[in-house]
Amino acid sequence: MQPWQDDIYDALTEAGVRQIAFVPDAGHKRLIERCLEDPKMRAISLTTEEEGIALLGGAWLGGDKGALLMQSSGVGNCINMLSLTKTCQFPLVMLVTMRGEWGEFNTWQVPMGRTTQEHLELCGVACYRCDEPEPVADTVRTAMRFAYYTNSAVAILLGQRLIGAKIFEEGEAAR
Amino acid sequence: MTASEKLNRREVVKSLLSNRGETLVVTGLGQPAYDAFAAGDDPRNFYLWGAMGGAASMGLGLAVAQPERRVVVLTGDGELLMGLGSLAAVGAEKAGNLAIVVLDNERYGETGQQKTHTGRGTDLAAVAMAVGFRTALTVADEADLPEAIRIAREGEGPVMVVIKVSEAPAGMALPPKDGAYLKMRFREAVLGDRTPG
Repeated sequence: MQPWQDDIYDALTEAGVRQIAFVPDAGHKRLIERCLEDPKMRAISLTTEEEGIALLGGAWLGGDKGALLMQSSGVGNCINMLSLTKTCQFPLVMLVTMRGEWGEFNTWQVPMGRTTQEHLELCGVACYRCDEPEPVADTVRTAMRFAYYTNSAVAILLGQRLIGAKIFEEGEAAR
Repeated sequence: MTASEKLNRREVVKSLLSNRGETLVVTGLGQPAYDAFAAGDDPRNFYLWGAMGGAASMGLGLAVAQPERRVVVLTGDGELLMGLGSLAAVGAEKAGNLAIVVLDNERYGETGQQKTHTGRGTDLAAVAMAVGFRTALTVADEADLPEAIRIAREGEGPVMVVIKVSEAPAGMALPPKDGAYLKMRFREAVLGDRTPG
């Protein structure tokens, strides 16, 4: 079985997604690398997540499908910019790696991580969630179809149990 | 220089958008949206009424999707200052067809004319050059305007043209504000896409 990040990459490719906007996260490392290597995609590094909401709105105006990769802490940065998505009924696909939940070590990740889904839903973003690798491919495909068929915003929350909690103890490899 | 000698934003934008050809325009919220509308409504104008700080990013996504067409982001100093970090992505991506035109009145015009940071030392053109724009310049005089407009319309991007304009309010000229309508008419004009979306 291939890594679940490759399942996401395959789903993005099949859907014809061309612009990948991202703020890095360790959980997205492999996916970001694959997108950067793909000549058919344009992977665009952001300085903050809300830039991606606006960027993908512009992409859609010009005929490009896109996806936005971020960590749960970045969701809070997006709140006002999501009014663009809602007001204009832009399709939007967010892939959010979760922190602050399963096995979290860093207290500072908890406030945003524990309320990510509620924040997104208040902003009109439909949330899908994966905590195991098996449903990732199907969930991402389904969520993307929903976004593009209905001009809706979706977020796929990739749980910390799926990603693996970051290890901070000395001597452990950073993940 | 007195206020009466400063450039008039409406006249600047009218010159910028005359005979625009296939140019695609994204405006920041507030006066730049009114300026573009006053110069002549066009389905290839996308007027933001919110999303402050997002105009440059939106222009970048559009420029990447439509590399054969000129994309002009027409915005104000206050709007751009809120998304200053977004210029780093524009500089890094080197979109050759993207120009950002800043109508810089050194004021938050919609909220009571409070001074912005461009009147207190921030040099937006210098910021643009520092993050990798190919060209960036600031003009304040009528005599320099034709060349500045030429660069905005034709210069190898990413380009930033900062145009110092009068802080005198130019009045209301309100474009449509239904975002779904603006999106659909833009896509229809650019992509020939008549499907909802």
